[in-house]
Amino acid sequence: MIWLGIDTANSPLSVALVEDGRILCEQTSTFARTHSIQAMPAIERLLSEASLRPSDLEAIAVSEGPGSYTGVRIGVTLAKTLAWTLKIPLVGVSSLEVIAANAVPFEGVIVPMFDARRENVYCGLYKSKGERLHRIWEDRHGTLEQFLEDVACIDQPVLFIGADVDIHKTKISATLGDQAVFAPFPQQLPRASQLISLAEQRVPASDIHQFVPNYRRIPEAEANWMKEQKQVKSHD
Amino acid sequence: MKKDVYILGIETSCDETAASVVKNGSEIISNVVASQIESQKRFGGVVPEIASRHHVEEITLVIEKALEDAGLNPDQLDAVAVTEGPGLVGALLIGINAAKAFAFANSLPIIGVHHIAGHIYANQLVQPMVFPLLALIVSGGHTEMVIMREHGSFELIGETRDDAAGEAYDKVARVLGLPYPGGPHVDKLALASESAVEFPRAWLEPDSYDFSFSGLKSSVINYKHNLEQRGGTLDAEAVAAGFQQSVVEVLTVKALRAAKEYQVKQVIAAGGVSANKGLRNSLETTFAKENIPFSVPPIALCTDNAAMIAAAGTQMFLSDVRGDLSMNGRPGMQLVSWNH
Ligand SMILES: [Zn+2]
Repeated sequence: MIWLGIDTANSPLSVALVEDGRILCEQTSTFARTHSIQAMPAIERLLSEASLRPSDLEAIAVSEGPGSYTGVRIGVTLAKTLAWTLKIPLVGVSSLEVIAANAVPFEGVIVPMFDARRENVYCGLYKSKGERLHRIWEDRHGTLEQFLEDVACIDQPVLFIGADVDIHKTKISATLGDQAVFAPFPQQLPRASQLISLAEQRVPASDIHQFVPNYRRIPEAEANWMKEQKQVKSHD
Repeated sequence: MKKDVYILGIETSCDETAASVVKNGSEIISNVVASQIESQKRFGGVVPEIASRHHVEEITLVIEKALEDAGLNPDQLDAVAVTEGPGLVGALLIGINAAKAFAFANSLPIIGVHHIAGHIYANQLVQPMVFPLLALIVSGGHTEMVIMREHGSFELIGETRDDAAGEAYDKVARVLGLPYPGGPHVDKLALASESAVEFPRAWLEPDSYDFSFSGLKSSVINYKHNLEQRGGTLDAEAVAAGFQQSVVEVLTVKALRAAKEYQVKQVIAAGGVSANKGLRNSLETTFAKENIPFSVPPIALCTDNAAMIAAAGTQMFLSDVRGDLSMNGRPGMQLVSWNH
């Protein structure tokens, strides 16, 4: 089975081709250009290097978020359009989980993290059991402070992983002290082969048309609107 | 015998997710539009982030429906044309990336179309273009006059210096307490009115083909304010009529002057505001009197759609214009000629 994996959820770009558990090609980069310019040419290059045609693809894995809204949407739009028109299965995987998988088989708990600006983060809590990764807490969006408070209650070393961890390193160390460990740089980036390996264990989306990003956060305009609706109701 | 050309058009520059198949640049084979108006109504305008989210939900459905309605497989298409700009960047990116994935998977060329070129070429779906022609483009984001001497040649002779006509319509609608989208409501009120409040016309310099609508908008706001201070009641119909008369007169008079100066053989109106009945009537009567052929597409082709993108894309395809897989959304894209 030949898989194409696409991760554009945050500023790094990663694309890979995997055939039956063997990586054919993989490209991971952090050049500061937009995914819209780079992602599709990267996929084209990957296939031509592997001497494959689009019709040779048999399944698509995509990093479904959370992350940069635009980045996540570019990956999901490419993936769902390819899967739909090539009539092949599509599997979405949490972009946090993709990063966490880099840390298997770390003994403690694994916290993948993306910066969400204004002292907010997207993060999750995972644990490895043998070669497998298990989700302990749902991925979430919230303040770094609250998350660190919650993590401090866990009596285990915590590995922080992800390209944005550096931004918050001082604060994390100040709160958690020796409990916090930081992943080395080669583990910080998402790898599309890792994404494919997680996707292989999942059930494909039942309806590709309905496949959408997992933003883990509603737009500000919508949040304000819902607040207004509640106020209107309470005034009635 | 010349082979027929089938182009798939995709448009996501604002709040409509649209796909269409057009044959030979002039015949609509299918035309699908998923509108977000119901969702965006809550916010009284288009929220870019919400527009982008809706586009991702709809994009493959809309393309699939366009192909199904056309009864065509991807391998029967000649190219994919997609709106490259201008528009909301996050919204544009959904159409562009879907177009790239679709084109790549089916080994089709991809063509990036300027949204306004699309609006102009909507006319090609109604009747052939005759050159030289004058295009008057009026929409929520644009108020422009363009001279075309041949296919793919655009000379901008005038544009708005502040608000677009459609923007002014939406603001006045809000002042009058009308629901979103306001333009059609203002049009309806104006047509129902017996009287009209007198508002100024912004002619600018005598030889200018530029427009300005922000002064007019302020006059409407001031009129309402003064009236309220005096304790008077607002005649919304008369205000709408007065506002519309001012917009329509300026657009009509400037278009007529340009049509005569450039000795055009055809005048076409394009863009969402050309769905406005007051404007259509005024342009039709004026150009009929002057014996200058005037055309405006049916309302469904004035508002954003993908058939117009496919129509313009066909002409670009025939002129060997091609994009590539590194195409990016261009929110501030300029309308430049593809035939030099
Ligand atoms: Zn438009």
